Amino acid sequence: MNIVVCISSVPDTTSKINFLDNGSTFDSNGIQFVINPYDEFGLTKAMMLKERIGGNVTVITVGDVAVEPVIRKALAIGADQAVRINTNPKDSYSTATEIAKYLSENPADLIIAGRESIDYNGGAVGGMVAEILSLPFVNACNGLEVEGSTAKMSREIDGGKENLSANLPLVIGGQKGLVEESDLRIPNMRGIMQARSKPLQVVEPSNTDCLTNSEHFEKPAEKSACRFVESGNEAELVQLLQEEAKVI
Amino acid sequence: MSVLVYTENWKGTFRKSTFEAVSYARKTAKLLETDVVALSIGDVSDDELGKLANYGASKILSARGIEKGDSQVAANLFAEHAADTTLIVFASTYTSKMIAPRLAAKLKMGMVSNVVALPSSITPITVSRKAFSGKAIEKVVIHSEQGIISLAPNAFGLVECGGDCNIDEISPSEKGSVTIEGEEIASGKISLTEAEVIVSAGRGLKGPENWGMVEELAELLGAATACSKPVADIGWRPHGEHVGQTGKAVAPNLYVAIGISGAIQHLAGVNSSKVMVAINTDAEAPFFKAADYGIVGDAFEVVPRLIEEIKKVKN
Ligand SMILES: Cc1cc2nc3c(=O)[nH]c(=O)nc-3n(C[C@H](O)[C@H](O)[C@H](O)COP(=O)(O)OP(=O)(O)OC[C@H]3O[C@@H](n4cnc5c(N)ncnc54)[C@H](O)[C@@H]3O)c2cc1C
Ligand SMILES: Nc1ncnc2c1ncn2[C@@H]1O[C@H](COP(=O)(O)O)[C@@H](O)[C@H]1O
Repeated sequence: MNIVVCISSVPDTTSKINFLDNGSTFDSNGIQFVINPYDEFGLTKAMMLKERIGGNVTVITVGDVAVEPVIRKALAIGADQAVRINTNPKDSYSTATEIAKYLSENPADLIIAGRESIDYNGGAVGGMVAEILSLPFVNACNGLEVEGSTAKMSREIDGGKENLSANLPLVIGGQKGLVEESDLRIPNMRGIMQARSKPLQVVEPSNTDCLTNSEHFEKPAEKSACRFVESGNEAELVQLLQEEAKVI
Repeated sequence: MSVLVYTENWKGTFRKSTFEAVSYARKTAKLLETDVVALSIGDVSDDELGKLANYGASKILSARGIEKGDSQVAANLFAEHAADTTLIVFASTYTSKMIAPRLAAKLKMGMVSNVVALPSSITPITVSRKAFSGKAIEKVVIHSEQGIISLAPNAFGLVECGGDCNIDEISPSEKGSVTIEGEEIASGKISLTEAEVIVSAGRGLKGPENWGMVEELAELLGAATACSKPVADIGWRPHGEHVGQTGKAVAPNLYVAIGISGAIQHLAGVNSSKVMVAINTDAEAPFFKAADYGIVGDAFEVVPRLIEEIKKVKN
């Protein structure tokens, strides 16, 4: 089975976010980049499927050379090969178009994206790839088993989950539940050494059009200081919530 | 021209997020000087559909007998009825997040998700959205003639306006590729992303047996319950309750954090709450830097007293 995992390289979750040039560009100075957490669940699931039924795991990313350490980490975790489409992502549609173009020339049985990237939070690339390739798409997928050419899945819905099935090939937008936190793999020394010699193919972009354009970023207004109420004075807190904040 | 809005139902009933999306669509339609058309997927009674008129839908396209969980069928259905549309609006629901991106790619419409306000301009359509898990607000311009907006949870509110609507039955021209085998719903619970009040607790509560007071407080406040990531990871609480950067992003009017330290990843998912209260034994806990109100104290003493005080004012 050919599995492709779409990996987005994102600032580590502890990063302080800043912008340059009047809010037009993200300040990546001093930022540690990691595999998008949702994609890490997907990559781990891909490894487990490969170990159970055999196959090949490719990781694909749209990004410039700066994202290579993150893609090497995915190889160290166990992916067999990597593809980097050599352009800075501009919007979800152009990113999805680049990925879909590669996939139409190199078909996969299962395409795993994440539910959303934790930087851009678009929640869009996976669904767009599915549409461009006319494949089924299950988002917020929190359970996946493959039997022959069928996938049995569950997806999170508001207040519970829904069970679904579809024939391969298909696209999922993965999240926790696909695998558990404890299943995530930390690359070991051997994995890191092997990753250095695994193929990392650089593909030139087809420079598709963007449909949206990011104008600028702003940080939300700072909160005012916390108002403390003495322990024992819960009545005062209730009064503040009722009369000042008007939320209960 | 029109503004098309997806009006999602759950077993035949609309929720607040549905009416919020219609309210948003109506305000935007006013800016664009056009009307709101609602599209409903699944079996909904005419009475229930009629409620959409109260928020500004003047025409309703109702596709009964199909499953919203098949994103391909749903996106095709939208595409068949989008020719006349300037803008398509989605609420922040799991199903919307499957349909909207498909539709965007299908019709080559610029899509902006996580939107927090009305368009600041309509030529071209320009909107503000949350990015970096709420750590930034981004202004985005849609280049395509038609656009898709999907809203951030609880970002807009309901606006009633009264009015009438026509209902047209529609049906899809294609069969689906996904089989829906059933759903498992945690019954009777308020959905986290829609809740106006959330009572959330962390590792400070020591063990799952201590959640009784959290649930009691939540019930008194008509709140949903949530938890920090480690609490869900150890299995003290169900995964569906995990909020934060890697869990659900929520935006209630009131978020009460009990025994939660306030790690940056936790705050990233809750910092859009309008008012936050922290209860923690440690005066240095980072949550107090983000909270509006705080009590430094032992949750096992503070929470029961808080419950008593709320009972007093509720009676
Ligand atoms: C990649 C990544 C993603 C993450 N994503 C998330 C996420 O989405 N959501 C999330 O929540 N976390 C997330 N985390 C974890 C996060 O960093 C914190 O570890 C976690 O939020 C801490 O949970 P906690 O506050 O319940 O526990 P702790 O940090 O252990 O805090 C417990 C708090 O309870 C207080 N306390 C103890 N006893 C009492 C008492 N009797 N009464 C009152 N207070 C008491 C303590 O003073 C302390 O402040 C993520 C981490 C990583 C690395
Ligand atoms: N630049 C990228 N390269 C490869 N995959 C991406 C990229 N951006 C997003 N994705 C995939 O699409 C998912 C959703 O991302 P987004 O639409 O940006 O929220 C991510 O979890 C990734 O799996």
